[in-house]
Amino acid sequence: MRIAIIVFPGSNCDVDLFEALHSVCNTDAQYVSYREKSLADFDAVMIPGGFSYGDYLRCGAIARFSNIMPEVVKFARAGKPVLGICNGFQILTEAGLLPGALKKNNNLKFICKTAALTVENNATLFTKQYHSKEKIYLPIAHADGSYYAEKNVLSQLEDQQQVVFRYADENPNGSLNNIAGIINERGNVLGMMPHPERAVESLLGNVDGLRVFKSLLEGKVRTKEASR
Amino acid sequence: MAVKARIFVTYKESVFDPQGQTITDAVQSLGHPEVKKVNVGKFFDVLLDSTTTDVAETINEISEQLLVNFNLETYRYELLEEG
Repeated sequence: MRIAIIVFPGSNCDVDLFEALHSVCNTDAQYVSYREKSLADFDAVMIPGGFSYGDYLRCGAIARFSNIMPEVVKFARAGKPVLGICNGFQILTEAGLLPGALKKNNNLKFICKTAALTVENNATLFTKQYHSKEKIYLPIAHADGSYYAEKNVLSQLEDQQQVVFRYADENPNGSLNNIAGIINERGNVLGMMPHPERAVESLLGNVDGLRVFKSLLEGKVRTKEASR
Repeated sequence: MAVKARIFVTYKESVFDPQGQTITDAVQSLGHPEVKKVNVGKFFDVLLDSTTTDVAETINEISEQLLVNFNLETYRYELLEEG
């Protein structure tokens, strides 16, 4: 599987994501600049975390207008897998590929810590290697991660099992319905505030994020952990 | 001819405004219990050439395309001056 990692000015989790895919999962990952106008030959697209365009105006609001985004939209509309992490999630909502929006954390602080999550839907491309209702721990690092959507959108998300990850134990940022990650109706576009790419090796103290990538890559993964 | 417009962008009523809440608390603790609520928004001052464009149309367009996220926000504008 060939995976595009979209790099915007201000992306800062692109290398972590590359290492998670390339070094840990032995997958062909390529950086793709925001200036590019093609995603031909890629099987999946991932938008990393960071502060694209300095978070000016709103997180993800400017990135949405870069050259590569119409291609990402086309890619998603074709039903191919798209994963947005943190700023990537914000960009996907701004681009209209996922409903709702991410706003300033209720406590107005940048929150950087490990968050407990529940896997609410393990029947997606990105979560099939988790158990239903499994409790996992992933790092979060954001100032604008409070998920908001109108009531009717929220109930649609709930009714159609589009809430994939939910904060457990506590709600760190004020997200409605404790939402930490959602998937589109078609099931090919996932956005999540927590960082699975930062939790892929036991050396990092946490491997709970690895199965997000393993799920997508299915049997093709041979991790260094497993080969030892 | 140039026209200056001020576009105000604020959260919709249904959206919790954490900055507004914090400021409300601060103002009340400064001895102003009569202040019931403060909301925070932002504004954009836009200078437009009104000879080549329909001002209202341009303002609505840029607001809808970029300045406002309708999931969270709403907007209005005022024309400040012409010169």
